[in-house]
Parts: sequence; structure tokens; C-alpha cells
Amino acid sequence: MSDRISVAKTYKLYIGGAFPRSESGRSYPVNDSRGGFLANASQGSRKDARDAVAAARKAFPGWSGATAYNRGQVLYRVAELLEGRREQFVAEVAASEGTKRGESIVDAAIDRWVWYAGWTDKVASVFGASNPVAGPYFSFSVPEPTGVVAVLAPQASSLLGLVSVVAPVIATGNTCVVVASQDRPLPAITLSEVLATSDVPGGVVNVLTGRTAEIAPWLAAHADVNALDLTGAPEAIKADLERAAAGTVKRLVRSGRGEPDWAREPDVSRLRAVLETKTVWHPMGV
Amino acid sequence: MSAPSTTELSEVTRDDASLRRFLHGLPGVDQVGVEQRAATLGTRSIKKASKLQAIDTAISMVDLTTLEGADTPGKVRTLTAKARRPDPEYAEVPHVGAVCVYPDLVATAVAGVGDSGVGVASVATAFPSGRSNLAVKLADTELAVEAGATEIDMVIDRGAFLSGRYGQVYEEIVAVKAACGDAHLKVILETGELSTYDNVRRASWLALLAGGDFIKTSTGKVSPAATLPVTHVMLQAVRDWRDRTGELRGVKPAGGIRTTKDAIRYLVAVHEVAGPEWLTPKLFRFGASSLLNDLLMQRRTQLEGHYSGPDYVTVD
Repeated sequence: MSDRISVAKTYKLYIGGAFPRSESGRSYPVNDSRGGFLANASQGSRKDARDAVAAARKAFPGWSGATAYNRGQVLYRVAELLEGRREQFVAEVAASEGTKRGESIVDAAIDRWVWYAGWTDKVASVFGASNPVAGPYFSFSVPEPTGVVAVLAPQASSLLGLVSVVAPVIATGNTCVVVASQDRPLPAITLSEVLATSDVPGGVVNVLTGRTAEIAPWLAAHADVNALDLTGAPEAIKADLERAAAGTVKRLVRSGRGEPDWAREPDVSRLRAVLETKTVWHPMGV
Repeated sequence: MSAPSTTELSEVTRDDASLRRFLHGLPGVDQVGVEQRAATLGTRSIKKASKLQAIDTAISMVDLTTLEGADTPGKVRTLTAKARRPDPEYAEVPHVGAVCVYPDLVATAVAGVGDSGVGVASVATAFPSGRSNLAVKLADTELAVEAGATEIDMVIDRGAFLSGRYGQVYEEIVAVKAACGDAHLKVILETGELSTYDNVRRASWLALLAGGDFIKTSTGKVSPAATLPVTHVMLQAVRDWRDRTGELRGVKPAGGIRTTKDAIRYLVAVHEVAGPEWLTPKLFRFGASSLLNDLLMQRRTQLEGHYSGPDYVTVD
């Protein structure tokens, strides 16, 4: 039975809780770090990006309106499912990134997810405030999610980097459209399969695979996207993306040249980047 | 499709029996065929300049509708402002075809549209069920006409139609048409309650025989509302009416048309089934409330080269 022909998969996109093919009908081969064939992935187009934004917008009121505690529980549950798929993740990370440290990367990714899940119900007390004001008023500042966030996932770190950019976005109550690493999309696809079977409502995370340089400009200019994470943006178009995003005054999460060291202990900067502050003045009691 | 050519249309409406004979003598609708043709035409791709033109045409055909129990004069005034100038940032956007309200709000709507050329349509005749007697239906119509409505959307008595009392339905439409005076009459067939395409074809002809200026699919209160195949059947009816009499009558699908994509599919159907001369607000209208928002959003997408969002157009 050794000459059995294995079934090569053709993966699809993840939009609004469903797995549609790309509207364009295109797909592209995904290779491992040595150039060997792994699978086919959908090559998303601008219309897929449009559909994904619509799905994310639709999911936003429900997800941002859920209690922080509830969001935390949902995200912890995702961590459980990640744990259940660990062998698949280890294999995919090892094949995609050509590393022998697959195990420790997956461990770190799951830990990272749990770390951000713990933040859901702490965001309000850490970033919110009761402001001392000169007058008979209570003044409160409360953090609120920015809205729909377009995330260009890191190109090199296909799982740990991905989790590090997606988890803070949804932990704070935003919904997102993620453009997965162009050459290493498999961990992102598996993550979307995990999310589809978890309690995360459809549309909260939408995963597009394909050419980042093709999809990103449409997301950057889209008027219904509120923030753009440039982490995985190709250097050549970064400036153009920033200009396009400025046209509709998006929040930007900028990144320097090259990728940060994802293994380093995270801080709250990525949480803060996708939060707005609402300040309420209320007359003091009679 | 054509009705028996020996029958003169004036003879058809002489009595109940000949009306029945005529309507049941209409050829049956090929259900699979019409659904397939509607689906095929729906795949036609309209791009760039043509799309922009289609969007502008669709905007000029919208009957901006609010038919809620919770309607207030304030809401109607907002609606009329939007009807006159759908997108304030783009002055070249045409105004919509009409606003459509309940009879008691017609006066407010008339004041709101002013001399902009936007029509004021009013539903009447015990909308949406049509369950009342003729005197009440006529009074309802007169109320709207006196308040200044330029178009009346009446509902037919589906109970009478379905039990085969075609004469009664015919007489009612004729009476309401008389009560309309100069106002245009749109006859709502409520196709969602007629169950078959054959019935839709019969009801369409009945309304055309009785003098309806428009035939309209539905009230929007019953599901399914407007569908493409049903609109196809109705477009065939007005086309055949033109072939027999030389008169041009209109069609208005209403209810459930929410996106630009849908609207363009309807425009393609109008062009292919009835003919290009129907591509005018005088002969084709969309009964819709949220469609206009999407049309404006897509219009901006075309002009600005990137996707627009609901933050940038008025959403009601």
C-alpha cells in the first residue's frame, strides 16, 4: 500500500463563517520551505475582500456588544481547540517555515492566544478611567473597539505571528479581515477551520489567502474598514497603502522594516492600537 | 405569446363569462423556462460606464417607500429631502421617481417634494390586504387624490381573484381608476399570494384590461415579494399589451430588492423582455426603501475607485 496516491487538498477562503471559493475562481500552489508541493490555496480577489468586509461589518454589532467576559470565554474555548489540533499545526508550521522548532512555536502561539483572551475583561479597567474634572460632573473614559480591522498577517511567522496580530484585534471586540501569509498560508487556513468549529460567531474573523499586494490596496482604500494593520505588507507598497488609508482616515498599525521577534513577551500596544476612547460627562447627583 | 386574435379586447370585458374565457384562454407560463431565462439573464455582467448609467437609471426609477405603522410627518419630510437630492455631494445624481406613503401623509409628502418633479405615490384601497368594501376603497383613494397624490397604488382583492370572481376585481379596478382622475394608477397584484405564474399572467392582463397604468408585483408586506421570474411574466404581459393595442403600460417590482446587483438584474430583464423603451421611470419603477442607499454607495464606489461604506451616505 506504499504507492497510495495522497489526496492533495485545495483549500478555500473563510468569509462570514463559511468556506467559499474565491469569486475569481483562481487558486495557487502552496509549497514547503524546500519547494515541495503542500496543497492548493484559493487566490482571493478584490471582490472576496469586499465580501469579507461586509461579513465583518455584519458581525461587528454582535461581537462588540457581547460582554467582555463572554468574549473571553469564547476565546479560551478557541485555545482548547488549538490544543486539539496541535499536531496538525506543528506539521504545517514545520513544513511552511522549514524549522525544527515547530512544537515550541505552536506552544507559544497557544499561550499567546490565552494571554490575549485574558485581556478581554481587563481592557476597560486598564485603558478606561474616571477623570478628575473641575466641575460638578462625573467624567468617564471608556475604551471601545475601533470597528472592522484589515490585518495583513506577517509573511514569515505563519502561526505565532498570525495569532499575535489577530488575537488582540478580536479580544478588544473588533472584527477583522485577515490576509494570510502569501507563501505560508496553511496555519492560517487551519486556524480558520478551528474558528469555524468554535463559538466565535461567523464573520468576526475572515481569512483571505492570495497575493497580499493584490488584495491589500482594496482593503486600505475601503471606506468601511476602520483600521489597517500593515505588519505583513510588502515594503514596496507600504507607503501607497498608508496614503490610501489616509483617504478615509483609518487607524494604522505600522511596522518597521522586517518582522518583530514574535517570541518576545507581548505588551499591550496591539490592544491599544485598535481601541477608541469614549468620554462621557454626567452631572453629579442632586 | 398572444391571446386569440379573433377576440376583440372590448368584447372580452363585456361580461364575467367572456372575461373568464379570455383569461383562461391565455397560454400557460412555462415555469421551468421562465425561471431559467430569468436566472440566465441575471448572470449578465454590466461594467464601468454602463454600470454607472444603470445605477443612475435605477435611482431615477426608485419609488422611495415608507409604509410603516410608525411613520411620522418628520420621517416623511426626511424621505422627501432624500428623494429630491439623493446624494448631496454629487449634484448630478437624478432625483428618484416618487415617494410612496400612506394616504394620511400625502399632504406632508406633497409639501416636501415641492416642484422638484418627484411624484407622490399613495397606497390606497385598504392597503395591504384589500379587505374592505368598494365604498371604503374609493373613499381611501379620493382622500389620497385630494391631498395631492400623483400616483395611486391600489391592491386587488386577491380573495375574489383566487375564487374566480374576475368580474368583481375588474369592476373594482375600473372604479378606482375613475376615482383617480389624473393620477396614475398602479395595480398591486400581490404575486406572493397568487401561487402560480399562470395566475400572475391572468391578473396582469386583468389589470391592464381594467385600465391600470402600472402593474406592481407586491405590497412588500407578504413574502415572497418581487422575484425576477414573476417580473418576467409581467413584463411579457405589458409587451404583449403594446403589441395588441399600441399602448405602453408600466411595471413596478416592489419588496425585497435591496442591492444594486438585484436592481441591475431587473434592468437587464426590462431591456430583454419588454424592450429598451421601457427603461424610463415613466414605465418602470422599483418599490424599495433601502435600495437607494446601496445604489448611492455603489455609485460612489464607481466614481471614487474604492469601496464605499454606510458612513458616507445617508442610511435610513
